[in-house]
Amino acid sequence: MPVKQISVFLENKSGRLYDLAKVLGDNQINMIALTVAETGDYGVVRIIADKAEKAVQVLKDNGFTVSETDVIGVVVPDRPGGLASVLEVLKGNNLNIEYLYCFAGPTKDTAIDIMRIEDVTKAEDIIRRSGFEVLEKIDTID
Amino acid sequence: MSIWNPEYETMPRHRLEEIQLQRLKWTLNWVYERVDWYRKKFDSIGFKPSHLRSLEDVRNLPFTTKHDLREGYPFSLFAVPLEQVVRIHSSSGTTGKPVVVGYTRGDLNTWAELVARIATAAGVQRGDVCQISFGYGLFTGGFGLHYGLERIGATVVPVSAGQSERQIQIMKDFGSTVLVCTPSYALHLAEVAEQMEVSKEDLNLRVGMFGAEPWSEGMRKEIEDRLGLQATDNYGLTEVMGPGVAGECRERNGMHINEDHFLVEVIDPETLEPVEPGEVGELVFTTLTKEAFPVIRFRTRDLTRLIPEPCACGRTFMRMEKVRGRTDDMIIVRGVNIFPSQVEAALVEIEGVEPHFQIIVDRKAHLDELEVMVEMNEKFVTDSMKKLVQFQKEVEAKLAQKLGIRAKVTLVEPRTIERTAGKAKRVIDKRQL
Repeated sequence: MPVKQISVFLENKSGRLYDLAKVLGDNQINMIALTVAETGDYGVVRIIADKAEKAVQVLKDNGFTVSETDVIGVVVPDRPGGLASVLEVLKGNNLNIEYLYCFAGPTKDTAIDIMRIEDVTKAEDIIRRSGFEVLEKIDTID
Repeated sequence: MSIWNPEYETMPRHRLEEIQLQRLKWTLNWVYERVDWYRKKFDSIGFKPSHLRSLEDVRNLPFTTKHDLREGYPFSLFAVPLEQVVRIHSSSGTTGKPVVVGYTRGDLNTWAELVARIATAAGVQRGDVCQISFGYGLFTGGFGLHYGLERIGATVVPVSAGQSERQIQIMKDFGSTVLVCTPSYALHLAEVAEQMEVSKEDLNLRVGMFGAEPWSEGMRKEIEDRLGLQATDNYGLTEVMGPGVAGECRERNGMHINEDHFLVEVIDPETLEPVEPGEVGELVFTTLTKEAFPVIRFRTRDLTRLIPEPCACGRTFMRMEKVRGRTDDMIIVRGVNIFPSQVEAALVEIEGVEPHFQIIVDRKAHLDELEVMVEMNEKFVTDSMKKLVQFQKEVEAKLAQKLGIRAKVTLVEPRTIERTAGKAKRVIDKRQL
């Protein structure tokens, strides 16, 4: 089971990201990770949140353009070469990453890499078999 | 101040009106006998060309619209067989089918004569080196000016549009004295010259003949300051002939209409009745001498006023002011006519966008920029920037294909473009025209 990422299409207008954060906050939804991919005029905000389903509903109800995306969450060692170790596996299996972002993991010496790969199931399988922990969901981090 | 054809251009009004009436009669007979469409239209109101007694009687005739002309695509409104047509031009066809127009040898002769008149009025003479930076092709601008300037005996340099650095190089090396293009392109060339560190003193420009798009007095001054020339305006449209319908004299206070070849009316676009002399209304033209593609009471959709007072230059032809607007929502961008309906037509063919859009026209660095804001369809929103950018490019390609010029597409969130109960505000024109 891959991790659900919430992708929101946003115009590059002042206050628009605030609107989004406010709606989530007012509904007691916590964002674990957020990253913005942008062109000059618009962007896609990618969010990992606890209560992902509720987040999608709340955003839609408030007029945001939302889609859900399956992404892979991998726990990697938080040390030099940590990211490279998992990328090496992907490279060896000809798996191409569309985008990736990282954040600190649940324990001091781990980090979490969120990866968007076309064939999610296959990629998850390969990564897991190579000895990495692949997360099912990321709403339990404390 | 020289006048190309003083006999006609300074003719007393009463004499001019006699000629107009005689030529109008000829034209009505010509189309009645040769063009089914006009004959049916005249018959439907019981009008025979012989009923025409005075110039005012033209008001009894039905109007011709751009839609009518387009319906005739390609040749059914030609009044002569194709073997007598020696040239074809066409409107840009931006709203669907283009209007295709033909010229007999006689028409081309007239056209060159009329362009020679407006060029002479602008101050061009034999010995001038005329750089024509209008596009050559189906567009009437390039070829229209070309033969008129040759008629004067000026040296024509048919550079055509584009390749701005080369334009400046040629302008400098050939010592061009006359520049012919759209006013916005003239300003763009001024800018390119500055970048190339070519000053106006390095150039030999004297006269500019600018047309095919709206421009302001402020722009005129700027072009003159930067290129060191006298900028003049002229007016024409493919359906009526092309450039040469009207042009400014050195008084630069309105454009003299070549009234011995075109009968002009100004109507209220709502009531379709003539406005009071000097009042603003829609220009309506009837050609008086055209053989291949005559038009009867063609509604231009261009709003302006005529200047009834005589002009100090001595020409007796009525002047028209600059066109100050349109009765439809057409906009002119870089010399190309754009209708919001075309944008709509392009968008409905694309899966993933809503037919909600807004067109923004702006002028940056003296070039018109066209931006189309398009609402995404919710279902097509994706997390992938690559796909969004690709999608945006597809929409841009589709619009470019439909509009004939490039537009920047900006994807916006669904339901964010203002809906209005009445007529949608499709166009925001930020240009200071």
